[in-house]
Amino acid sequence: METEILKVTHLNKFYGARQVLFDVNFTLHQGEVLTLLGPSGSGKSTLLRTLNGLEAFQAGTLTFNGQPVVADEAHWQKLRQKIGMVFQSYDLFPNLTVLENITLAPVKIQGRSAATVQAEALALLERVGLSAYAKAYPRELSGGQKQRIAIVRALALHPELMLFDEVTASLDPEMVRGVLEIIKQLSQEAAMTMIIVTHEMNFAAQIADRVLFLADGKIVEDTPGQQFFAQPQTQRAQEFLDSMDF
Amino acid sequence: MPHSGINVLFEGHNLVRLLGGLWTTVWIAALALVLGLSLGALLGALRTLKNPVLRLGLRLYLEFFRIVPTVVLLFLAYYLVPELFHVDSLPGSWMAVIAFGLWVAAEFSDIVRGALLSVPVHQRESGLALGMNRWQLFRYVLLPQALKLELPATINLATRVIKTTSLLMLISVMDVINIGQQIIEANNTTYRTGVFWVYGVIFIFYFVVDYPLSRWAQRLAAQQKV
Repeated sequence: METEILKVTHLNKFYGARQVLFDVNFTLHQGEVLTLLGPSGSGKSTLLRTLNGLEAFQAGTLTFNGQPVVADEAHWQKLRQKIGMVFQSYDLFPNLTVLENITLAPVKIQGRSAATVQAEALALLERVGLSAYAKAYPRELSGGQKQRIAIVRALALHPELMLFDEVTASLDPEMVRGVLEIIKQLSQEAAMTMIIVTHEMNFAAQIADRVLFLADGKIVEDTPGQQFFAQPQTQRAQEFLDSMDF
Repeated sequence: MPHSGINVLFEGHNLVRLLGGLWTTVWIAALALVLGLSLGALLGALRTLKNPVLRLGLRLYLEFFRIVPTVVLLFLAYYLVPELFHVDSLPGSWMAVIAFGLWVAAEFSDIVRGALLSVPVHQRESGLALGMNRWQLFRYVLLPQALKLELPATINLATRVIKTTSLLMLISVMDVINIGQQIIEANNTTYRTGVFWVYGVIFIFYFVVDYPLSRWAQRLAAQQKV
């Protein structure tokens, strides 16, 4: 757990004149699961999107695997193959089959052999219990199935860090568990390093090695997972947990 | 001998000539579409870029071809281009292909632009998050989805182009209308009702070419609403 994967220092982000992230600092180690919690509008998703260049930041530095991140489009394109991201809206490409969705980027962007990638994709599909759907189109799948495939699609690029942006927020309740199980497996079996934005407090309590609690664009607390849920250090976090009925 | 005049179609090679005219109509429309759709796809993609000069230039191009009546475009191509560029070896049919092609490109660029912009932003971000660069995003995510969205409008454009080729007689291209006109004039004295039969056949020709396209577009549009 000692290798630093990501280091964020003095990160500030503005939308025009309005500041949305204030002096964010944290370090993420290999294999660690970091959960971003906080009320709506606290900047969790914005922070997550900043970490793979979908949002620009105006001040501060990011260091990925010991290398400072050059925040231009060309460098982000390379980095995004190492930083997988799954979104709230499970957007598979509707014109491609499940298997094609998964193999597209590894084959066309990373230039790996189609046969290898395909075999690997099928194995991943097997692991998430969806191998029967390899030839199906996204419209034939439920939301939960699509989201599981979106996770597989991101994993097929062999990322070193995974970002999950409220991946269960638009799923029907009965679909949520299957998706969360996969994320948990990924942490436990593959020791994947990840940053998770979620409103599922039980899930966060089970999986988080560390919690960053954000409010109004600032990190209010940076606490080990167990401790955060048992005994948050700030009044603000306690109120938040109370409001989430945790 | 009294008759309805239908025999005008079977005098000499009249029917074969009409079919030949139809072929001229179809190949000019087809070539104009190939040229126009390729160029239009490129221009449409360029119109989604943020460069203001490029956008203005392409917008003016679109508006020019949209505002100026097609018949004026044909005359411009037929009379002005050979004059300006000192080429007079090109027959009118090729001038027509160029004029129609540029018109199709203008119209199609607008269709492509609209379709590209209507691909949801989440799709774009999903592509970016997989490490795609701008070209890969266009090639693998935006273009395939836009093509599907724009297909009905494109087919409708094709039927319009085929119908508009009826203007070709104005620049002396021997299209199906022009040949029909010649047949009518040549047989005016013997077949006083010939005009009815010749234009009747032309009507059926256009219908046979355009109707399947129009049905296809309707079916695709209906499917997309589901």
